Amino acid sequence: MTTKEKTFKRPDGRKVDEIRTMSAKVGVVPNADGSAMFQFGDTIAIAAVYGPKEMHPQHSQNPATGTLRCTYNMMSFSVTERIRPGPSRRSQEISKITEWALAPALKIEQFPSTVVDVHISIIQADASTRCAGINAAAIALAHAGVPMKDLVSSVSIGKLDKQLVVDVNKDEEDWEEGEGATDMPFAFLSTQDKLTLMQLDGNITPKQYKEAMELARKAIKQVYEVQKKALKESINEEQ
Amino acid sequence: MKTSILTIERIKEYLEQGKRFDERGLDEYRDIKIETGISKKAEGSARVKIGKTEVMVGVKLDVGEPYPDSQDEGNMMVTTELLPLSSDRFELGPPTIAAIELARVIDRGIRESKFIDFSKLCIKEGEKVWTVFIDIYSINDDGNLLDAAGIGALAALKNAKMPKYNEKTEKVEFGELTKEPLPLNKTIPLSITVHKIDNSLIIDPSKEEEDASETRLTMGLSEGPLFSSMQKGNSKELNIEEVWQIFEIAEKAYKKIWPKLEKFLK
Repeated sequence: MTTKEKTFKRPDGRKVDEIRTMSAKVGVVPNADGSAMFQFGDTIAIAAVYGPKEMHPQHSQNPATGTLRCTYNMMSFSVTERIRPGPSRRSQEISKITEWALAPALKIEQFPSTVVDVHISIIQADASTRCAGINAAAIALAHAGVPMKDLVSSVSIGKLDKQLVVDVNKDEEDWEEGEGATDMPFAFLSTQDKLTLMQLDGNITPKQYKEAMELARKAIKQVYEVQKKALKESINEEQ
Repeated sequence: MKTSILTIERIKEYLEQGKRFDERGLDEYRDIKIETGISKKAEGSARVKIGKTEVMVGVKLDVGEPYPDSQDEGNMMVTTELLPLSSDRFELGPPTIAAIELARVIDRGIRESKFIDFSKLCIKEGEKVWTVFIDIYSINDDGNLLDAAGIGALAALKNAKMPKYNEKTEKVEFGELTKEPLPLNKTIPLSITVHKIDNSLIIDPSKEEEDASETRLTMGLSEGPLFSSMQKGNSKELNIEEVWQIFEIAEKAYKKIWPKLEKFLK
């Protein structure tokens, strides 16, 4: 770490490459085939998986493969100012992005004509909600026993003025000094250094974006450990 | 109709030899044509053609209340309609995820690059600000609506004139445009999308190539080079080296097409 990075002050006092306290728990929705909670500090997401099950309506069935269907939803009380319940353009886009982020990990082609529904709800939002949602969903899919090639782990990288930081919270998302805030969520196949989600809001040079990607690549290793631990714990509990 | 697997296989065979059906290079755009002022009633408008793909973009302005978190700034809203007239794949009805995603990707490119100077669109702090509506319509979808829409939005914004605002009645006098252009900044974010098909990376896909595409990365790229927005679409994963190659292709493409678009956008 350079001296500049050491002296950079994050609003909550974290080091630039420090993720908020993470926790994960498997089996939070007993009705579901698989479920999990994932938390980055004050951002809490839960995910429930139903399926593979028969796809309805029938005309949506794909006889060549199964279909992954994700919904991302923020609870109306999860943010300071109440948001209207129900889907918004933002939530629909994040749902799709989440689907794309998770699909490469699944062997869903093993279940033709079926659908795997993944429902994500954000209980409490302090930025990086899509990342928390993806992390929860990945564990929930594993918990449901859907065959997977790998897990998916996600983290956001921020650029506050000129400084890159790992795991952006709300105060940082609203950063206004200097060049302001740039938000870069990433998701990787957890053990393969392969990207399944890349988005960017803000301004950054290609060179610095590459640095951000490298920070994310390292950070998701820690996310992966938390996910694995939660899955192992759930197996021990069942025994 | 969706492209047949037969055609997709053939596209892949061609690409393996570095070739495309229409003999373009992998990093080559089709002809781009821009026309502005296509609708007199709009504050700004543009038609963009990339090959046979065509979009029309209109800019309308209205006065409304500011958002709580930006009391002294104007607002912007981007919507897309994928018209049934533009392809047999589109149907009437509520916006599909494709339309929503397209609008939101274009929105971010413009918003984050600060192309529109929202601070100059405040009439009365906390009470009245201008809202810029950018409405994108597909006219003919032959692939790469994303980049066409991105260019169209910029050209329509550049073409826009402020409507007359009556300070006494505090209302917009529609139909009367001033000579005042919309306040814009110098960072101009072109939307450039790179697609991955098998092991090849291409830009500006035809509809058939788009069907063969396994994943895409759209970048809002401006001079510098500077990224203002980015979105990976579709579910095939990318490795890190591929992402770097994509950046190089996008930067090259930017340098190639910018001179042709400059006079419409600057």
